[in-house]
Amino acid sequence: MSGYDYQHQLGSRHSPVTRRISLLQAIHLDAPLLGGLLVLVCVGLFVLYSASSQSMDTLMRQMVRIVAGFAAMMVMAFISPHTYKRWTPWLFGIGLLLLVGVLFSGAEAKGAQRWLAIPGTGVRFQPSEVMKLIVPMMLAWYLAERALPPGWRPVLLATILIMVPTLLIARQPDLGTALLIASSGFIVLFLSGLSWKYIAGLMAAAIPAGGGVWMVMHDYQRQRVLTFLDPERDRWGAGWNITQSKTAIGSGGWEGKGWLHGTQAHLDFLPESSTDFIIAVLAEEFGLLGVCALLLIYFAIVARGMYIAVNAQDSYSRLLAGAITLTFFVYVFVNIGMVSGVLPVVGVPLPMVSYGGTSMVTLMAGFGILMSIHTHRKLVAT
Amino acid sequence: MPKPITLKDHYRETRVFARRAAFSVVMVILLILALIARMVYLQVLQYEKYSTLSDENRVSVEPVAPTRGLIVDRNGHLLADNRPSYSVSITRELCPDIDATLEQLAQLVEISPGRIEDFYRRLGQRRRPFTPVAVKFKLSEEEIAVIAVNQHLLPGVSLNASLVRHYPHAKALSHAVGYVGRINQRELQRLDATRYSATEHIGKTGVEAAYEEQLHGQVGFQTIETDARGRITEVLERTHPAPGENLQLFMDLPTQLAAVKALEGRRGAVVAIEPDTGGVLAFVSVPGFNSNLFVTGIDHPTYNALQGSRARPLFNRALQGRYPPGSTIKPIVGLGAVETGATTWDYSIYDPGFYKLENDDRFYRDWKKWGHGVVDLHTAIVQSCDTYFYEMAHKMGVDTIHDFMQPFGFGQRTGIDLPNESSGLLPSRAWKQAARGMPWFPGETLITGIGQGYMLATPLQLALSTAILANKGQVVQPRMVKAVGGRALATPQTGPDIALQDPANWDRVIQSMRDVVHSAKGTARGISKNLPGYDIAGKTGTAQVLGIAQDEEYDEEAIDEWHRDHALFVGFAPVDQPRIAIAVLVENGGGGGSTAAPVARQVLDAYFQSLKEDARVPTTQAIEAE
Repeated sequence: MSGYDYQHQLGSRHSPVTRRISLLQAIHLDAPLLGGLLVLVCVGLFVLYSASSQSMDTLMRQMVRIVAGFAAMMVMAFISPHTYKRWTPWLFGIGLLLLVGVLFSGAEAKGAQRWLAIPGTGVRFQPSEVMKLIVPMMLAWYLAERALPPGWRPVLLATILIMVPTLLIARQPDLGTALLIASSGFIVLFLSGLSWKYIAGLMAAAIPAGGGVWMVMHDYQRQRVLTFLDPERDRWGAGWNITQSKTAIGSGGWEGKGWLHGTQAHLDFLPESSTDFIIAVLAEEFGLLGVCALLLIYFAIVARGMYIAVNAQDSYSRLLAGAITLTFFVYVFVNIGMVSGVLPVVGVPLPMVSYGGTSMVTLMAGFGILMSIHTHRKLVAT
Repeated sequence: MPKPITLKDHYRETRVFARRAAFSVVMVILLILALIARMVYLQVLQYEKYSTLSDENRVSVEPVAPTRGLIVDRNGHLLADNRPSYSVSITRELCPDIDATLEQLAQLVEISPGRIEDFYRRLGQRRRPFTPVAVKFKLSEEEIAVIAVNQHLLPGVSLNASLVRHYPHAKALSHAVGYVGRINQRELQRLDATRYSATEHIGKTGVEAAYEEQLHGQVGFQTIETDARGRITEVLERTHPAPGENLQLFMDLPTQLAAVKALEGRRGAVVAIEPDTGGVLAFVSVPGFNSNLFVTGIDHPTYNALQGSRARPLFNRALQGRYPPGSTIKPIVGLGAVETGATTWDYSIYDPGFYKLENDDRFYRDWKKWGHGVVDLHTAIVQSCDTYFYEMAHKMGVDTIHDFMQPFGFGQRTGIDLPNESSGLLPSRAWKQAARGMPWFPGETLITGIGQGYMLATPLQLALSTAILANKGQVVQPRMVKAVGGRALATPQTGPDIALQDPANWDRVIQSMRDVVHSAKGTARGISKNLPGYDIAGKTGTAQVLGIAQDEEYDEEAIDEWHRDHALFVGFAPVDQPRIAIAVLVENGGGGGSTAAPVARQVLDAYFQSLKEDARVPTTQAIEAE
């Protein structure tokens, strides 16, 4: 730790407003980002209360997770970016080992091995979830060491670094998470200044890869893609979810049916209304205006994240901050896109709003890293 | 601090990153706009469509079946009502393993293979998610209990209640009241689809079928909000169904039950009519059957057993059974003989025990081997002398007999308010020419005169002709239903009354019939003992089932039960002011006087007992208060 920075020492002698900010600074929190996240979780709780048919129980459990998430964020924010950088390769190595461990001894749930039990504790966790942070860290670490923009050799190696965990996770099988982790890695590559020629090349390679993925896909995964392409194909079966969520969203209109008055969710027509499809509840009850307001909050958080990234002081921090922020947005986009029927159903929760524990903690940890990057800056002339 | 890296251009890296970051933010904005565009498309442009879909999802209009009208007897005794019945269903979406659940269920209650097959067929059909599919209907109390207790072990299994027709006196009334059953494909085509949209059952036979229109009622509708599991969460709007109208029959339940009891162990029919109104007081055909079995669907073995039984429990003898009326028609034939001048009350013949036609070798025998000696019309009726009536028939000719008997209701449907009535057969020359293409032979006239040969009548027709005789010619139409929804039905139009040239002939023939019961030589004298305060005019009949050769004698003991004579009795009481006219038929019962007349006596006793009690009971409108 290189000690408290200059701003902090200055601020502590001045007005109460400055002092409050500096108190946050002292514990390495970023006020605008924190504010945005707090607004978001509050909105999320409101919607969840309605989506869970006014279950106080569900609400309390979600609050426990939020508290755990904020705790994780504070811990992560306190650790300096240098420490992260130092530990990155080790974390990546451990992460890979855990993924291999899952393939051999993972606990099964719903036909997929995603969980790893910690012996003797009874606690289970998902290594793939941790990899959501470790993969961009590893890419940032690797590329930050190189001259940027990267040449073909580092790009090739970076691609391998991305594909190894991606394929391991895809084998579990968890295609959604695998694709999201791959995209977080490629975001780092993109931000590092990857030449457009390579980007075009990668995209060209993605098309046959897509065909290959179709070949190795499980039946239920293919089913999801087919259903996405034509939800009416099986209105009572696989298409039910997407038909009902579109109906929920569409019937919301401009202003929505009012809080707690969404019929689709309350009469159980909308499946997974508290988890993956929660945006449909919001769209039904608060209408287009509600959806726009939520997107505005997400945009504010993304904007602040990108601001932090641009203002970071070294390549590792920049790339990591940018990747965390943009990956967060990818989650938002994929979730809303899937619920509104423009993307296939891939089981991505809506960040900070959907009911569920693991993703909440991972996301908040990511924001902790962002805050760490922003609050551990040194004032140096550039 | 990490060690410095050579060849790193920090300035350039910062610039490159800033450009890429800016590009990313632009992309983010574009993607957000794309999402908003999608939302605008769904929520603004397609709002109408999805709003409708959402309403269709949750709101549906459901028909509500009207409650079927009750059927009661003249004093308000329930003959048909509606009772809650339970069925057990499985909801696929809530059931983790259908096969295992069905197996478990089959261990708790008996489920026939047919039912299971039917269940899988209906399970395979496309339907809304969370719709329960019925496995077994009409559960017994024990079955309901055993399923309810084990329900926590059977996820997806539910019990459902509905109102189902019930007949408290099913077996005694199976042919009078009839029964309802599930609507079949053929009925579905002719029924009003809206009116019957919620109805599962329809009257199949008896009063249930004849008064389907009045009993059914008007369907109601409710607009309901349901959740995805099909559970009704709220009734938004409701048009109540109009329940069907209650029917009150002329029937007197104690009399009906007494008739069933009197015929116990036999095959036969009893029809009793109120002469004033034509109202049917008792309408019995035995053996009957448990009509409750037909309501929710009878299983094949039970049905086949009923259908295949030699006693033919499903056959409505009172309405459709065509029997030779035998001597029961003698009073009417005698009346006709007097009216047409074939005889007078003073004319007598000598009966040697047989009658012979000129140019015919055949002996037309009397039931009494050595004959009745000198008999006039009165004696001929009292002792049921066949020879006298052979002569009368010969003098009248078949067409005269036909024309005289027709106004009494023979050979035509009575028009009773029950479906599928048989018309019997009153022969004539024209009929034989048309039906058989053969001329009429004189010998056939003779046996027509004693109610044998071609002549056939239903027990209902016998009761009706007796009622008309009791009315001294006033024609009535038999009917089951007295009042619909508390309003008495108008007396139906009938043909003209029977006017005799000498009305005193009514009294004389009735007197003869009284003497059948009350005189020392009457064929039904056995039932006159200890009559409780009323007298009876009647006539016995014994109808041959088997043709007997010329020189053979009828020996009851030696003949197979199924070939024994049918025993008949017709009568009315009291003689002066008739309240009840009755016809009794006992298939293969032997003698009319020995078998049928005692049955009539028991029925009459029950009716007069019931009338006495009626005086204390507020009659007719008892059910209207409901």
